[in-house]
Amino acid sequence: MIAKPTIPDPLDRPGSQIGKPVSRVDGRLKVTGGAKYAAEFNTPGLAHGYIVSSAIARGRILAVDTAKALALPGVLQVFTHENRPSLPWFDRKWKDDDAPKGSPFRPLYDATIHHALQPIALVVAESFELARYAARLIHVTYEADDHQTDLREASAHAFTPGKDKGGFQPPPKPRGDADRALAEAEVSVDLQFTQAVEHHNPMEMHASTVVYHNDGTLTVHDKTQGPLNTQTYVCNVFDLSKDSVRVISPFVGGAFGSGLRPQHQLFMAALAAITLKRSVRVELTRPQMFSFGHRPETLQRVALGARKDGTLTAVIHEAVQETSQNENYVEVVVNWSGQQYTCDNVRLDYKLARMDTHTPLDQRAPGAATGIPALEIAIDALAAKLGMDPLELRLKNYTEVDPNTGKPFSSKELRTCFRQGAERFGWHKRSHAPRSMREGRQLVGWGMATGVWDAMQGQAVASARLGIDGTLTVGSATADIGPGTYTAMTQIAADILGLPIDQVSFQLGDSNLPMAPLQGGSWTVSSVGSAVKAVCDRLRDKLAGLAAGLNDGPLKGLRADDLVFADGFLIAKADPSWRMSITEVMRANDLLVLEDEARSIPYYKSQMQHALGTHSAIFAEVRVDEDLGTVQVTRVVSAVAAGRIINPKTARSQVMGAVVWGIGMALEEESMTDQSLGRFMNHDFGEYHIPVNADVHDIDVIFVEEQDDIVNPLGAKGVGEIGIVGVPAAIANAIYHATGKRLCDLPITLDRILEA
Amino acid sequence: MRAFSYHRPDSVDAALRGVAGQSGTTTEAAVKFVAGGTNLLDLMKADVMRPERLVDISRLGLDRIEETADGGLRLGALARNADTAHDERVQARYPMLSKAILAGASAQLRNMATNGGNLLQRTRCYYFYDTGTPCNKREPGTGCGALTGVNRIHAILGASDRCIAVHPSDMCVALAALEAVVRVSGPRGERTIPFADFHRLPGDTPHIDSNLAADELITAIDLPAEGFADHSTYLKVRDRASYAFALVSVAAALEMDGQTVRTARLALGGVAHKPWRDPAAEAELAGRPASLESFRKAARVLLRDARGQSHNAFKIGLAERAIVRALAEAAGVEHP
Amino acid sequence: MSQPTGPASRSHARKQPAPPPEPMDVTLTINGSRKTLRVAPWTSLLDALRLHLDLTGTKKGCDHGQCGACTVLVDGRRINACLTLAVMTEGRAVTTIEGLADGEALHPLQEAFVEQDAFQCGYCTPGQICSAVGLLEEGQARTDDDIRELMSGNLCRCGAYPNIVAAIRQVMDSQPASQDGGTP
Repeated sequence: MIAKPTIPDPLDRPGSQIGKPVSRVDGRLKVTGGAKYAAEFNTPGLAHGYIVSSAIARGRILAVDTAKALALPGVLQVFTHENRPSLPWFDRKWKDDDAPKGSPFRPLYDATIHHALQPIALVVAESFELARYAARLIHVTYEADDHQTDLREASAHAFTPGKDKGGFQPPPKPRGDADRALAEAEVSVDLQFTQAVEHHNPMEMHASTVVYHNDGTLTVHDKTQGPLNTQTYVCNVFDLSKDSVRVISPFVGGAFGSGLRPQHQLFMAALAAITLKRSVRVELTRPQMFSFGHRPETLQRVALGARKDGTLTAVIHEAVQETSQNENYVEVVVNWSGQQYTCDNVRLDYKLARMDTHTPLDQRAPGAATGIPALEIAIDALAAKLGMDPLELRLKNYTEVDPNTGKPFSSKELRTCFRQGAERFGWHKRSHAPRSMREGRQLVGWGMATGVWDAMQGQAVASARLGIDGTLTVGSATADIGPGTYTAMTQIAADILGLPIDQVSFQLGDSNLPMAPLQGGSWTVSSVGSAVKAVCDRLRDKLAGLAAGLNDGPLKGLRADDLVFADGFLIAKADPSWRMSITEVMRANDLLVLEDEARSIPYYKSQMQHALGTHSAIFAEVRVDEDLGTVQVTRVVSAVAAGRIINPKTARSQVMGAVVWGIGMALEEESMTDQSLGRFMNHDFGEYHIPVNADVHDIDVIFVEEQDDIVNPLGAKGVGEIGIVGVPAAIANAIYHATGKRLCDLPITLDRILEA
Repeated sequence: MRAFSYHRPDSVDAALRGVAGQSGTTTEAAVKFVAGGTNLLDLMKADVMRPERLVDISRLGLDRIEETADGGLRLGALARNADTAHDERVQARYPMLSKAILAGASAQLRNMATNGGNLLQRTRCYYFYDTGTPCNKREPGTGCGALTGVNRIHAILGASDRCIAVHPSDMCVALAALEAVVRVSGPRGERTIPFADFHRLPGDTPHIDSNLAADELITAIDLPAEGFADHSTYLKVRDRASYAFALVSVAAALEMDGQTVRTARLALGGVAHKPWRDPAAEAELAGRPASLESFRKAARVLLRDARGQSHNAFKIGLAERAIVRALAEAAGVEHP
Repeated sequence: MSQPTGPASRSHARKQPAPPPEPMDVTLTINGSRKTLRVAPWTSLLDALRLHLDLTGTKKGCDHGQCGACTVLVDGRRINACLTLAVMTEGRAVTTIEGLADGEALHPLQEAFVEQDAFQCGYCTPGQICSAVGLLEEGQARTDDDIRELMSGNLCRCGAYPNIVAAIRQVMDSQPASQDGGTP
């Protein structure tokens, strides 16, 4: 009665925890203020650091006068390039798990200024306020050199990067002759796009608390997407052994990529703690949150050619993106355009241009969030020119294989996303012509776009410990920056061992836990979840073996496959009255605990033979004020196909939040550079606009489930990125439909609408 | 934030003794009053303002909203913005003011910010806030970074070659249109400052925002009896739906005689160093029918000397349309 | 081009900097208990809570009044703790996120936030909840659009806004429509 007769794994079992809208297991801690973030580990004798930032964009520090700061009672030290301790020379010592090719930035290394707001000194004092005060008393003189922060100028010297970063694939070779096909196309569009610099701006500012122990060991509380990445960095840079540096970061107040690389506050806090032999905290200010990585500014061209019936005959996508002088930051911007639609003539080109900025940094759906909107706006423009419904045009050129590689998708329910999304939105009621819907002075527009992201998996290890009382603790050194990793992992573990959720706990954010990759790229459920499944499967097999070995037990001789695990019991499928509780099994075997560890390894062989991806269809409604240019996104429907959804409640929140990101990207977010100063100027939350509550209205999320046993054993592809990809295009296309204005420069602020 | 001392007097006289002997304007003073703290403490953290002493006036009373003899309302200087906006008399008789206050900042900040403090808000110019850049307002003589830099949010009216910053307040735009009067106490006794004379244009002294003397305290803001309750509005245009400063805002108030405008008041925010009023534009409206055409004409008069910077020329056309929209809404004219 | 510059050069050379300010005693009520703190005038209420009282539930998201993560209730009204000096709160009653639950029983808004999944990373959450308590107390919100506008002083980078509105709506609907609904 509990189980169906043939169950390959427990995931489909009725009563399964997987797929349930479980409320976050860490919810109570978060709503009571009990969740502790990096700057919240208070410890006796804690000293506070405050960073001084460069006033120039490029040049040299001639002198740093720290006398007045040091004269203040309570100021412990001012660290600069002049008095820093010896630091490693080799680049590899400064590399981290997300470092691209090149030479990572080294704080306080020498007198050179590489970019505006570069950290150039650290004041450490007995109190935060005193450190901040002393920082104001430091006088720096510079020798300024000319800088280049203008991408249009810099792009004159653009170059083609290699495979310069993990996970990056250079564009595939051209197929057919796209330029000729474009010239000969019956209908064509050729558009130029700009994507502004965006800063991650998680709500928690980057902070590190480094607790110094008497034996010289450190406990580091860092804002990171990978505790092991933080640990490796501190050990390498300060020449410490792994057993003397423990990273504990149970909660991270958002990151969206900003915590993929160790940021300079970590270096500063560790430097000060080690040198002063004291516990030190360094927290960036909100303006200093604009002093490191960012979504890179990008210039793009997308040209499409088609026959009159909508058959695509040419796709050209070119992009030039900024990188720093010292590293080749790369992301996949253009490749998607060869993958999304069937087309025989495709040319994709991706280049980098060096500027005097900090190295860019992965930001939510890096590359795709920039490249896909350009493609999808161009598709909309082509549809308009063809006089065709944009959804119809997309279906016309739909592909079941990845044209870049010829490989079939392991699963791709995009067609269903289109259908269900369109139905929910009411797309069929759309009047085709631009400016055909209005309410008073408000022009109403409907637009749509497609989103795509990779489904990736990395190796990961998880440990598990089952107590005789039926409590299970599982752990892996991943992070939870907000997606609900604690909850999803708890569900997976509880599901496999048939335990109630509240008997299972998942530990993360601790470098003492088994290896997990950086949390990013939507691959945590896939990677760490598979490890959790693997270790719980092992415990399950062990328990079954133990039960089977009990000669006078009801489950004697049965194998794991003959059993169902539910409510803390091992139950025979053949007769549910044959059962033993986990406690009984362990007691009968004189066991108090059962422990194991397991590594999950991707199915490389079958994965290599397929294209792996998540897909989405986004429909948006906007209201544009014809006189004032203001835009309200009144409705968004996002239909997402991302394999199995572990927790529809938290997954829906992720996609919803990503749609909000898409609204910000489409309409608001831009770090504006003063070219004469080479400096971002709107570096605070007052002037760098992210959406507020009043900007966000109805967001409807649909999950189209896919069966996929190739992406990973859970069949879950992850939803962290897919929600944002395509949203800016859906909004831009809706604005076109409302106004008849084709806007290709993001963000589409009201001045751009008024001046178009 | 630099070192400062803190003092909390228990009377207006004691507060005034706290700032006695300071010369010049309050913008330049080393001893400053603090009440809501929403702007001053922010600027102190940014190291833009460096007072040596703070005199906490938040417990002096001065927080009542009372009737005046001439039928107007007296807004206590220390009444909170939120309490002012939600006061039934303000809502009924000065709805434009209520709307303007509620268009500004956030609910939390409006709970903290006082009416007097609102008048003394300083610009949100990026360069003013960033001590790593030149700014004549923050540090006279260093130049204006915005002139050659990022100036999308800057002035189109009344700017000088020293400063193109704008005043950030919404409340003040409505107060300008209402012709409020600022009541001030100081060592020379009490005085009143007409609202139009309270704030300054940048000229050669952009480091001075207002004409309030360094030894004076705002005690109240008087609203004249005429509140334009039937025909007024406040329209704010900004980069997001809430919690952002105005790119352009318009306080529009009309006295109507049937379909004809008898008198008009028009004040703009987000376009100049002070809330911007123009008698010529208002005169253009007076005695004319309430029509989109005449509103547009008045808007063009008001904007006749407007000059865009490299990134903000859009504000001129935007301001024109915002004026027309606000006047139409105030007059109850259908906007096709 | 190569020229010496020093944008921070003003008035730097002359005056000796003032010594750090002396701490003062401040007595206030925090989550129902009277506390006396010794803090310097330059300590914000936010830093006093987080560093002096170890009440780290109140968050620092910008320290400039631009995000709302530090929202607490002072004498029942929501304010930004980052732009309030601790010394200015002498005699006031401060309620933080740690003071909302009644023992093990969560405040209805805390319950609703969990139920509606009105957060992801959780960093803005205490400020959102305290702000929502203040919003209910103020009694100005009727419609969802009112809630959106009156909660716009609390940024959420995870974008949980629709769920935040749903959580507040849930509590609003479960309470009698009175001005004093939602008191902690």
